[in-house]
Amino acid sequence: MEITISIITGLMILGALYAIHAKDLLSAVIACGIVGYGLVICFLLLKAPDLAIVQIVVETISLIIMVAVVLDSSREELFTKPDAQGYVSSVTAILLVVVLFYFFRISLETLDTFGHGTLRMASHYIEGATAKTGSANLVTGVIFDFRGYDTLGEATVLITAVLGVITILRIKGKK
Amino acid sequence: MGKYINIFMKGMTLIVKKTTQLMAGLIFLYGIYVIIHGHLTPGGGFAGGVLIAGAFILLILANGSDFMKLTKEEMGSTIYENFAVLVAIFLAVSGMLFGAKVFFLNWLPKGTLGELVSAGMIPLYNIFIGIEVAASILSIFLALVIFKEEISE
Repeated sequence: MEITISIITGLMILGALYAIHAKDLLSAVIACGIVGYGLVICFLLLKAPDLAIVQIVVETISLIIMVAVVLDSSREELFTKPDAQGYVSSVTAILLVVVLFYFFRISLETLDTFGHGTLRMASHYIEGATAKTGSANLVTGVIFDFRGYDTLGEATVLITAVLGVITILRIKGKK
Repeated sequence: MGKYINIFMKGMTLIVKKTTQLMAGLIFLYGIYVIIHGHLTPGGGFAGGVLIAGAFILLILANGSDFMKLTKEEMGSTIYENFAVLVAIFLAVSGMLFGAKVFFLNWLPKGTLGELVSAGMIPLYNIFIGIEVAASILSIFLALVIFKEEISE
């Protein structure tokens, strides 16, 4: 299974790289879709159907909106030559990636092997959640019972996002 | 570019319109199924809410924005969204009124494991979070469409 996930992740990285360098914006959007749908297959292989359902629906809707935006504006990317500031930021990005990779390599040795071992908190959830919440789907039990504050925060984030979008995209009120 | 503006206003061809009329109801029902069975099968308020919003977005994209009175729709969806979040907060506060004084307390009887009506408050939270997610994604989409219309006038 690890080999399959590695192949899919490699495809996702290729899609993301193509999306940055594509000249046609429509094909860049489709290449972004490869990343999203590859993630769906990874979630299914890792036995997380809840996440896979949410990811596939959200990915489809965001792809539709992005395709509509590209069809409505221009399909060609505007090319700008990198200036001094652009070189400085790309060098900083590469340095940051190297440093992060180094520390990630160090921390890998203390972690459990992939797919084995549960945290103390997680094993507590797995043993007692069904009896305590009465919900057959463990994920929903955790989301709405043990981590209710988390869900309330997510709902509030959505409300704030809608408020922001409606405030920015009003024309009649601005005049 | 004028062709695409026409698509947004007037909608797509007859084949697309008929197919979406057949499919949108099924997608809506599937969203309701995912929400209501959220505590039994994978899925829940978030996934089902996005599915319901997807049914509306499909209809609007296929039939064009002239088809419905979109400004009224946006009013309705924002009202539903705020109402659903308020009800979810009231449900959470109701845990402080009944039984032990804990926010987000699951004070309704649990029922038998695996039945449709079980798990106490969890299905109620699922339903209202589903309404909230559907309404908020729909109102973001409607805000984009209405902005586009107002700019092209």
